[in-house]
Amino acid sequence: MTHDASSTRTGNAALVPEAATATASAAAAAREQFSRRHRFTPLEVLPWLAAIGAYFAFPDYLALGSQILATIIFALSVDLLIGYTGIVTLGHAALFGTGAYTAGLLAANGWGDPVSGLLVAALAAAVVGLVSGALILRTHGLTQLMQTLVVAALLMEVANKAGHYTGGGDGLQGMIVWPVFGLFRFDMFGKTAYLYSLAVLFVCWVLMRTIVHSAFGRSLMGIRENVARMHAIGTPVERRKLTAYTLSAALAGISGALIAQTTSFVGLGVLSLERSGSILIMLIIGGVGQLYGAFIGVPLYMIAQDRFATIDPVFWYFWIGLFMVLLVLFARGGVLGILTRLVKRDGGTS
Amino acid sequence: MTTPASSASPTVSPPAAVETRKLRKSFGAFVVTDNVDFRLEQGARHALIGPNGAGKTTFVNLVSGALQPTSGAISLDGTDITSLTQAQRVKRGLVRTFQINQLFRKLSVLENVGLAITERDGLAGNVWRPAGRNRAALDEAYALLERVGLAADAMRSIEDLPYGRQRMTEIAVALGLKPNVLLLDEPAAGVPTGDVGLIIDLIEQLPAEIAVLLIEHDMAIVFRVAKRITVLTEGHVLIEGTPAEIARDPKVREVYLGERKTA
Ligand SMILES: Nc1ncnc2c1ncn2[C@@H]1O[C@H](COP(=O)(O)OP(=O)(O)OP(=O)(O)O)[C@@H](O)[C@H]1O
Ligand SMILES: [Mg+2]
Repeated sequence: MTHDASSTRTGNAALVPEAATATASAAAAAREQFSRRHRFTPLEVLPWLAAIGAYFAFPDYLALGSQILATIIFALSVDLLIGYTGIVTLGHAALFGTGAYTAGLLAANGWGDPVSGLLVAALAAAVVGLVSGALILRTHGLTQLMQTLVVAALLMEVANKAGHYTGGGDGLQGMIVWPVFGLFRFDMFGKTAYLYSLAVLFVCWVLMRTIVHSAFGRSLMGIRENVARMHAIGTPVERRKLTAYTLSAALAGISGALIAQTTSFVGLGVLSLERSGSILIMLIIGGVGQLYGAFIGVPLYMIAQDRFATIDPVFWYFWIGLFMVLLVLFARGGVLGILTRLVKRDGGTS
Repeated sequence: MTTPASSASPTVSPPAAVETRKLRKSFGAFVVTDNVDFRLEQGARHALIGPNGAGKTTFVNLVSGALQPTSGAISLDGTDITSLTQAQRVKRGLVRTFQINQLFRKLSVLENVGLAITERDGLAGNVWRPAGRNRAALDEAYALLERVGLAADAMRSIEDLPYGRQRMTEIAVALGLKPNVLLLDEPAAGVPTGDVGLIIDLIEQLPAEIAVLLIEHDMAIVFRVAKRITVLTEGHVLIEGTPAEIARDPKVREVYLGERKTA
C-alpha cells in the first residue's frame, strides 16, 4: 500500500532529459506571457489622441478641458486606493486640498514657479497622506471610512480658521503663477493651461501605470483580493498599504495643485465632501481598478455636468443618480467594463 | 539549518522548532486555547488532532501570528516570537497553510506560487520594476511545481483545477517560501478520496529538515505520516504520544475516535 506513492513520482519530469527541455520551453512560454502583461497596446494611445484632438476641436472649452485633465489625475489617485488596494475612502479631498493649498500659498506668497510648486504640493500631500494614513489604516470597515471623512473635515476646518493665510471662505486670492519653465506664459485662452495639464497628466499616468504593473502593484491587488493569503506569504500588509496611501496622496496633491495653478484660485471646496464624493462617482462610472476608468468617467461626468447642471441642477443630480444605479445594477465594471466586453465579443465572433 | 540537531541524541535536546508556553486565547469569556504547552521538534512529523471546534485552527493562527494570544509565549528555534507580526514570522521560516483554500482563484497556479517567491525574495515591495520581469521567481516556481507534480497545471487558473490539485497548490505556495516549519491545517479537507493519495505523497515527500505540524481528521493520513500525535480537546492538550500510544489510549477513544464513529 505504501508503495503506490511512486505513481506520482514518475510525474517528476525533470529527471528525464527529453522532458526537461519540454518543460524548460513551457517555463519560457509562461515567462513570456507574464512579461507581455505590462507591454503597451495600441489602444492605450487613444486617450492621448483624444486629448490632443480636443485641443484643436474645442478651443473655446480649454478651461474645462484642463480641469478634466487635472481631475483625471485625482481619479487615478483614488483608483490606486479603491480599485487596486481595496481601501475605500470618502475623504480623499484632504490630499487634493492639501496639494491645492500648498501650490496656492506658494504662488500667492512669491513663489509662482508651477513645476516646483507641483513637486512641493506632491510632497506636502504625501506627508499628510503618510501621517493620516498611518492612523486611518489602523482601523477597518466603517470606522476607517469615518476616519477618512474626519481627516478631510478637520483640514477643512483648519483652512477655514486660518483665514489670514488661506482667505477662509472667500478663497485664496492673489496667486501669481509664473510661466512654465520660465517660457510658456498662462494665456487667457487657456492653451498653456491645457497643454501643461496634459503634460502633467501624462507623467502621472506613466507613474501610475508603472506602479500597477510592478511587483508592488501585484501585491496591492493581492491584498485587495485575499489579505489572509498575503499575510501568510509574509507580506508586510500594513506597510504596503501605507505606501500605496502615500503614493496616492502625492498624486491627489498634484491634481489639486494643478487645478489651483491653472485657475489661479483655491477655495474651501477643494477639501469638501462633495469633492471626495464626486470623484468616486466619476471613477465608478468609468470603471474601477482598470487604470483607464478615470480617463472615461471623468470627462463623461464633467462634460455632462457642464452641459446639464447649468440648465437644471436638480435634474442633473437626478440623472447622475439614475445612471449610477443602472451602472451598479447592470455594469459592475463601469463604462470601461462595458466597452471591454464589447471588444472581447467582437474579437470572439470575427 | 541547525545541523547539530540532525545527530539527534535523545539526551541533549536542541531548541524546539516551535514551542508554546502557557498559550491561551479567549474570545470574550470563551476560552479556545487553554494553557497549551507544546513542542514541535526540529524536523518533526507531528500531528495535532481533536474533534471539531477543539481549537486546532486557532492554535495554528496563534503560532503563525494571524491571531495574538491572550497570554503565553511562542518561540521559534528558541527565540521568542510572540510579538512578531505574521510577516516577520514567515521571513523566519514559519509558514502555514489554510484549512479552507486561500488562493487567488483567477490567477494561475504558477502565479500563485510566483507571488510567494517574489515576496520571499523581498522584491514584492518594488514599485518600479514590472512584475513580469521577475524571471527568476517564475522559473523557481515552475521548478517547484515540477517537483510536486503540478507542472502540467502551471498555467491553469485555480478555479479551473480539481479540488485536490487546489489543495496541492496551497502546499506548493507554502513550499515556495522555503519554510523551516510548516503548519498544515487539514491539507486533505474536502479532497475526494481518490485524490487523497496525492496529498499524502506530497506530505511524505516534504524535505526531512522541515518540521511539520499536521492537523488532520483523516486517521489514515495521521497514522501514516505522524511520528508523534497531540490530542487537543476543548482547547487543552488531552494527551501527547507516539501513534501507538494514542491509538490505545482509552481517553482518546472516548473523546475523539469514539465520537467520530457516532458522528
Ligand atoms: N474569531 C472567533 N471568535 C469567536 N469564536 C471563535 C473565533 N474563531 C474560532 N472560534 C471558536 O473557537 C473554537 C475553536 O475553533 P477552531 O476553528 O480553532 O477549531 P478546529 O479545531 O480547527 O475545528 P475544525 O476541526 O472544525 O476545523 C470554535 O468553537 C469556534 O467557534
Ligand atoms: Mg480547523
